[in-house]
Amino acid sequence: MAHAAFFIVAALAIGSALGLILRKNAIHGALFLIVNLGAIAALYLMLGAEFLAAAQVIVYAGAIMVLFVFAIMVLIPGKEESGPDPRRGARLLAVPVGALLCLLLVFVVAGQWSGPRGPGAPSGSVAAVGRLLFTSYLFPFELTSVLLLAAMVGVLLLAKRRA
Amino acid sequence: MVPESYYVTLSAVLFTIGVVGVVIRRNPLVIFMSIELMLNAANLALVAFGQRLGNLDGQAVVFFVMAVAAAEVAVGLAIIVAIFRVRRRLSVDDLSLMRW
Repeated sequence: MAHAAFFIVAALAIGSALGLILRKNAIHGALFLIVNLGAIAALYLMLGAEFLAAAQVIVYAGAIMVLFVFAIMVLIPGKEESGPDPRRGARLLAVPVGALLCLLLVFVVAGQWSGPRGPGAPSGSVAAVGRLLFTSYLFPFELTSVLLLAAMVGVLLLAKRRA
Repeated sequence: MVPESYYVTLSAVLFTIGVVGVVIRRNPLVIFMSIELMLNAANLALVAFGQRLGNLDGQAVVFFVMAVAAAEVAVGLAIIVAIFRVRRRLSVDDLSLMRW
């Protein structure tokens, strides 16, 4: 049962990722990416990371994708990537090289699982993750707020300058 | 219980699709979305490894990756919009000023 659910969600994730890179229309790609992020949120749930699943839906599928769709709507009035690609041959070379990279990654990270198993599955609840974030990771957590502030100021600077 | 190696394999496949997307597409917005795909694949691997090792550190790191990704998207999209204002076209092949 768990295996069947995993394979269904995995197929959904891979299919939507392929849709993202193969569809010509950027807005279709954005919608495919939302499906992909939702599938990954489901995988987080299966791994017991409830907090991350919720954060994934809220932050990624919500906030970030709204920003993407907004930018696509503002920037592209209609079709995109029209016209012949002058470097088509060089770009298509990416497919066999990508297949090679995939084999390498699978071989390295998934092929050899001989490390020790941990003491049971950790609880990914809000309480557990929050306790960790506010104890061991307190300093990085505070730095995150500085990073977000810097990003906000930078975006304001970039957006306000009129040509 | 699905073994964690399945999750890591799926993460490797998604990461590769993101890499190929960055290389074969010409629209900077789609390239940007492919980068998000790669970030998510790495996050999935982190959570799977954390599950395997039985600690929560992987999930804490994923939280920080999400925060950094949010900042990165805001700045990156602002840069793309600024470039579009100047050039009125949206293709990474035009942006070869700093090419060696």
